[in-house]
Amino acid sequence: MRAIGIILAGGNSNRMKELSKRRAVCAMPVAGSYRSIDFALSNMEFSRVSKVAVLTQYNSRSLNEHLSSSKWWDFGRKQGGMFLFTPSFADANSQWYRGTADAIAQNISFLKNSHEPYVIIASGDCVYKMDYGKVLDFHIDKGADITVVVKKMPEDFNVERYGTVRMNEDGRIVDFVEKPVLAESNTISCGIYVIRRRLLIELLERCREEGRYDFVQDILIRYKGVKKIYGYEMTAYWSNIASVEDYFRTNMDFLDAGIRDYFFRQYPEVHSKVEDLPPVKYNVGVKVRNSLLSSGCIVNGTIENSVLFHQVYVGNNCVIRNSLILNDVYIGDNSIIENCIIESGDTIQANSTYKGEDGVKIVVERGERYTI
Amino acid sequence: MIVKKEMIAMLLAGGQGSRLGILTAKMAKPAVSFGGKYRIIDFPLSNCINSGVDTVGVLTQYMPLRLNSHIGIGIPWDLDKNVGGVSVLSPYEKSINTEWYTGTANAIYQNIEYMESFHPDYVLILSGDHIYKMDYETMLDFHKENGADVTIAVMPVPMQEASRFGIMITDENKRIVDFEEKPAHPRSNLASMGIYIFNWSTLKEALLANASQPNLDFGKHIIPYCRDNGRPLYAWEFNGYWKDVGTLTSYWEANMELIDIVPEFNLYEEYWKIYTRSQTVTPQFFGNNSFVERTIIGEGSEIYGHVFNSVIGCDVTIGENTVVRDSIIMNGTVIGSGCNVTKAIAAENVTIADHVTIGQGDDTPNDTRPDIYRDSLVCLGEGTVIPDHVSIGKNVMISGVTRNEDYPNGYLPSGSTLVRE
Repeated sequence: MRAIGIILAGGNSNRMKELSKRRAVCAMPVAGSYRSIDFALSNMEFSRVSKVAVLTQYNSRSLNEHLSSSKWWDFGRKQGGMFLFTPSFADANSQWYRGTADAIAQNISFLKNSHEPYVIIASGDCVYKMDYGKVLDFHIDKGADITVVVKKMPEDFNVERYGTVRMNEDGRIVDFVEKPVLAESNTISCGIYVIRRRLLIELLERCREEGRYDFVQDILIRYKGVKKIYGYEMTAYWSNIASVEDYFRTNMDFLDAGIRDYFFRQYPEVHSKVEDLPPVKYNVGVKVRNSLLSSGCIVNGTIENSVLFHQVYVGNNCVIRNSLILNDVYIGDNSIIENCIIESGDTIQANSTYKGEDGVKIVVERGERYTI
Repeated sequence: MIVKKEMIAMLLAGGQGSRLGILTAKMAKPAVSFGGKYRIIDFPLSNCINSGVDTVGVLTQYMPLRLNSHIGIGIPWDLDKNVGGVSVLSPYEKSINTEWYTGTANAIYQNIEYMESFHPDYVLILSGDHIYKMDYETMLDFHKENGADVTIAVMPVPMQEASRFGIMITDENKRIVDFEEKPAHPRSNLASMGIYIFNWSTLKEALLANASQPNLDFGKHIIPYCRDNGRPLYAWEFNGYWKDVGTLTSYWEANMELIDIVPEFNLYEEYWKIYTRSQTVTPQFFGNNSFVERTIIGEGSEIYGHVFNSVIGCDVTIGENTVVRDSIIMNGTVIGSGCNVTKAIAAENVTIADHVTIGQGDDTPNDTRPDIYRDSLVCLGEGTVIPDHVSIGKNVMISGVTRNEDYPNGYLPSGSTLVRE
């Protein structure tokens, strides 16, 4: 591969509400048995990008735990591999990452010490499958300076928290607006970029001199007239999970047979850390409808239109509807849960009721656990 | 730099296990699926790493491909070590006297060099066909405390069944004073589990002294040799769950025990995990009309029908309006819609088309191997294809791609054996 990879995994989002207290967005559990970053990492692996830097910052403990071994994505190599970069404090001038560009700039030696001519930058909070090699081919074909992967969203899609672009017939981006209040375009940036390594180094160094830190504002938008920035349109499934609503919807998307087939059964496979958990056990009095369950669960109650992540215990006579139950949750007997996201590690006492009335309710319950 | 391991394990995985019938036609018994997502060999391998034994030689001979690809370099069991780890040891050509492994101890004898390279103090001999969780370190402590040369793991069995086993007779200090192979009138109920710890020097000496013995076997030759030479032999009593899955019926029963509310053999404990190579990590899906009770199901399976009292592997599909009961369905098997499957053992990647009935009819014994295909079980070999709208009786074995013409009037009566390419 002629490119190295950078995965931006430092971000936090207050749109994730209570869910972001525990972990970085990229470490959010997705689709029952994955973490958000698995998708970008697996894409890198599948695109045969053999050297990947993961830039983390905010609350990276659970992300680090997930990435504690690179072997699940086949990155335990002598040539290349996976590198985790957190802000390091060496001298008085050390800083947290002040933005996406700054995060890369602070690790510029990773770019300088590589020999591959291109860099693929991806964010770790999106769910999709993609061959970055195709984007790179497009980038070279067009003679682009920077290529941005874009996606045309449905008319009713709220683009407020995305960057929107307008392109000419040739695919060159003529307009780029970050988080528009009044959107003129429903084509959004997917946060995936291809750029020549030397150009990136040059732009980052210039940014740094000027005290600019954001990749989108200070590179893409600032240079859009000067540099040839092209949009590569992707048509397959893509979803960003960085708000509670989008996170909930993305997980529920996996109840759709087509999307499940696309991610779970079709090549290429998405890889994740192997959890070594036993098969799901269904006892007596179980009713499961239109739901996903992950390994290690023990089920006694009723589950409808829901996603259960690893190691969830569901007690007798429980009713779980339209909810996400994250990893390692214990739900006591006779509990009713509707329209909720139950946070990882929760213990729901017997006879509890949680219902999201308007919108999804996030439940964080740190009760003591007596059984199991 | 000298390599040194206190105890290494030698895992005997070369046998066919012919009493498992078609399940071991294409793979050695230790490679057969068990408990939804596991294979039999996962249990001793996981026991090894959980007991701190990080050097394991796996002796293979019969149909080793599946076993080799399952073990790989040992990553799932953390046995990918710089020194030691897991090594697959198959018979090899020598400058003189090339031979297959002719017996359990002969296989170990042919790998003396492998064992020697680790300079072990102790060698643990295991077989790859039992389901159990055991701490070999505790057994080693017992071995050391007693100053034993050989320690044999034993478990108490009901006295009336003792004549089916190798029985150890011990004194009050657990020292073995005598043993009998399948005695008509047993003097003890301590059955040998085929798990031994040897002092390396003792084992090596015994192997070399008996090298010319045909079909050199631990139970028949090595252990008696050690006794006759006055070596201290001790019996270490094990009281946990231990299951020999040697026959189709016991294999089926052991699987079914996993679905009890609180199974005697609990896979859900955190501290003694059983590891396996997972082909898939995806969650399992249930359709709108599915129903499931007393069942365990592996990753990635899609259930649209009804499943009762069954053990379902990974990436299995069970279609709408299908009822599966009392069955073992292994990885990658697809069952169409409108089927009724009872007491079936479907090996990996079996395809059952729509509207197939399995396991209904009288109890006629199997016409070729009534000793194997019995107890109303229907056994479908790996990759078997069953066409639509056929009905299959009990005590049946089917293997290969079968077509409608193989089922006269759409019916295969109880006791039949149907083998196609």
